[in-house]
Amino acid sequence: MSRLLEVEDLQVSFKTYGGEVKAVRGVDFYLNQGEVLAVVGESGCGKSVTAQSIMGLLPKKVSRIKGGSVTFEGEEILGLPKKQMQAIKGSKIGLISQDPMTSLNPTMMVGKQIAEVIKKHTDIAKNQIKVRVIELLAMVGLPNPEQRYSQYPHELSGGMRQRVLIAMAISCDPQLIIADEPTTALDVTIQAQILDLLKDLQKSLDTSIMIITHDLGVVAEVAQRVAVMYAGVIVESGTVEEIFENPDHPYTWGLLNSIPKYGSGEKDRLIPIQGSPPDLFAPPTGCPFAARCEYAMEICVQEMPDKKRTSETHHARCWLNDPRAPLVKDLISAGRAE
Amino acid sequence: MSEPLLEVKKVKKYFKVGGKKSLKAVDDISFSIKKGETLGLVGESGSGKSTLGRTVVGLHNATDGRIIFKGKDMSTLRGKEAREFNRAMQMIFQDPHASLNPRMRVIDIIAEGIDAHSLLKGKERKERVFELLEKVGLSQDHAKRYPHEFSGGQRQRIGIARALAVQPDFIVADEPISALDVSIQAQIVNLMEDLKEDEGLTYLFIAHDLGMVKHISDRIGVMYLGTMMELAESDALFEEPLHPYTQALMSAIPIPNPKEVGQRERIVLPGDPPSPITPPSGCRFRTRCPQAMDICANATPEWLEAKENHWVACHLYNS
Ligand SMILES: Nc1ncnc2c1ncn2[C@@H]1O[C@H](COP(=O)(O)OP(=O)(O)OP(=O)(O)O)[C@@H](O)[C@H]1O
Ligand SMILES: Nc1ncnc2c1ncn2[C@@H]1O[C@H](COP(=O)(O)OP(=O)(O)OP(=O)(O)O)[C@@H](O)[C@H]1O
Ligand code: SF4
Ligand SMILES: [Mg+2]
Ligand SMILES: [Mg+2]
Repeated sequence: MSRLLEVEDLQVSFKTYGGEVKAVRGVDFYLNQGEVLAVVGESGCGKSVTAQSIMGLLPKKVSRIKGGSVTFEGEEILGLPKKQMQAIKGSKIGLISQDPMTSLNPTMMVGKQIAEVIKKHTDIAKNQIKVRVIELLAMVGLPNPEQRYSQYPHELSGGMRQRVLIAMAISCDPQLIIADEPTTALDVTIQAQILDLLKDLQKSLDTSIMIITHDLGVVAEVAQRVAVMYAGVIVESGTVEEIFENPDHPYTWGLLNSIPKYGSGEKDRLIPIQGSPPDLFAPPTGCPFAARCEYAMEICVQEMPDKKRTSETHHARCWLNDPRAPLVKDLISAGRAE
Repeated sequence: MSEPLLEVKKVKKYFKVGGKKSLKAVDDISFSIKKGETLGLVGESGSGKSTLGRTVVGLHNATDGRIIFKGKDMSTLRGKEAREFNRAMQMIFQDPHASLNPRMRVIDIIAEGIDAHSLLKGKERKERVFELLEKVGLSQDHAKRYPHEFSGGQRQRIGIARALAVQPDFIVADEPISALDVSIQAQIVNLMEDLKEDEGLTYLFIAHDLGMVKHISDRIGVMYLGTMMELAESDALFEEPLHPYTQALMSAIPIPNPKEVGQRERIVLPGDPPSPITPPSGCRFRTRCPQAMDICANATPEWLEAKENHWVACHLYNS
């Protein structure tokens, strides 16, 4: 398996009225050819900003890339001039962005918008483009694709707009698809269809996929590896099995605990993680999760834990994984947590 | 829990599209919600859930049918009474990006309703906004910022705070949590449940995440192509889905356990959902139904109570 994408120590900040927001603070992960990586994490932790940085889509005026690198097929693409990035975007990397309304042109028929992308990035014969667009719209499960071709975004339901974006992102057979919450607006039957489609692309064309999602069911369904993000850093990463069966970070434990239990007849109260994520104007020096962590020790607020490796594929940033740390079961019996 | 707070009677909402054609987004739907109850609404994307929600709170005029809130027909209300109903019914929108004015600061967005109904001023207004921000898991510092400076999930919480600001009786929550990560989802769902307990709030809760819908709802309605296909208490619906569409929906729920992937039999629906401009005759689901019979094309199935409190529209149960 070869590396397709490698992100190292990515740091991104925003200038706002209230000061500098350190949205991404040293993110690193990689994606191999033909692999599906799921990125999960707290709302506002920097998942979309990470995706936008890779695609060169950060808002120019207010954002600053403070450091790091993004290599795609072995070449640095972070901060590439617009022209060169444009050539990669669409043809080699397809993005399905989180806000369908803002990524679509409200005054242009949706079919035409996809046709434009195909015209720009491929050499499909002119008279074949419309056929291809309709085929793509059908692939993403949009009903009545011929009619929908000439409709405008506001005439479609939320889920239909989302599927138009998916069709656009896959229109030029990209090597990498970055999908930011691609199925959040879709009902489960269509979601299943889209996930099948993504899995098919992965199998038949060896496409790599980075999927950002909140839905741990979707993660289990499609991903081979998972990166868990919190307050601008990746706090844990591993294979799906490692993350679901053997998670090493208290934030991941909290996420897995928050899901409603299936089959349980009684309606138990859900178990959220108490509190809210740190303010990214002044991120904490220590572990960003410390303020909400049931197991936090003194060291946790003082110093950011390093990446500790527990297997070839499994890493976590948590002091509990330090050999000097007490065992979790001892912390529990000492009444520090339950 | 006795008197219905809201009654929806044979409501239709058609949109004019291209010339004389009309798109039947909501077609002849009836249900009621009791005070303090949460009714979940699920169904195919494009089946008319948002349109139904918007029609219920008065953002769309119904093409036909009646909406009765606290015993009063909404279409007959004027002046002060109409304004009071606007306060009592709030909506949390599906697309937080499109529903927040980009030129307004968060504080003014949240206080929109407070200002419109002249409920609070000055310091009290500000304190109420701070309190709401904290209630939805944001902080006071966020009040001065603009919507584009927030992530999708944070914007959704601003929308929730805005809806809560005027202390409504009834909230239509259109996918209020789908943009949030699961730990915040759990916080918001617990918050909604607390408000239901403490302030007697009533919800129409639209969502795609069936696990959450089951958790939060007392009853659940299932929509397909503008009509209600099944309505039952949430446990009953999950234990014994009657309608073939509901059965397909249930079989597609992704289960958060990598070991169970591929273990279940998924009912894959053939074909595409038909156009709501020219819906199929008889049962609207028949073109994709694995169990369709001849009668399904000829007659619209009746809406009937197949079991106690378990309503369904399907010829399999028309004996
Ligand atoms: N244009 C911007 N100006 C200022 N701050 C921004 C801007 N875009 C994002 N941010 C901030 O950067 C942080 C990360 O945002 P991002 O959109 O990446 O979150 P996310 O992980 O995708 O969350 P969600 O799951 O809710 O979509 C947030 O705190 C957000 O407020
Ligand atoms: N303003 C409008 N003009 C024309 N058609 C519309 C309008 N709003 C909605 N529709 C159509 O009405 C139907 C129902 O849309 P609606 O947004 O209610 O679906 P939904 O069930 O909320 O779907 P989703 O789960 O994707 O949000 C769709 O076919 C849609 O294209
Ligand atoms: S480093 Fe400390 S505070 Fe952070 S997750 Fe681990 S135990 Fe909790
Ligand atoms: Mg995002
Ligand atoms: Mg909707």
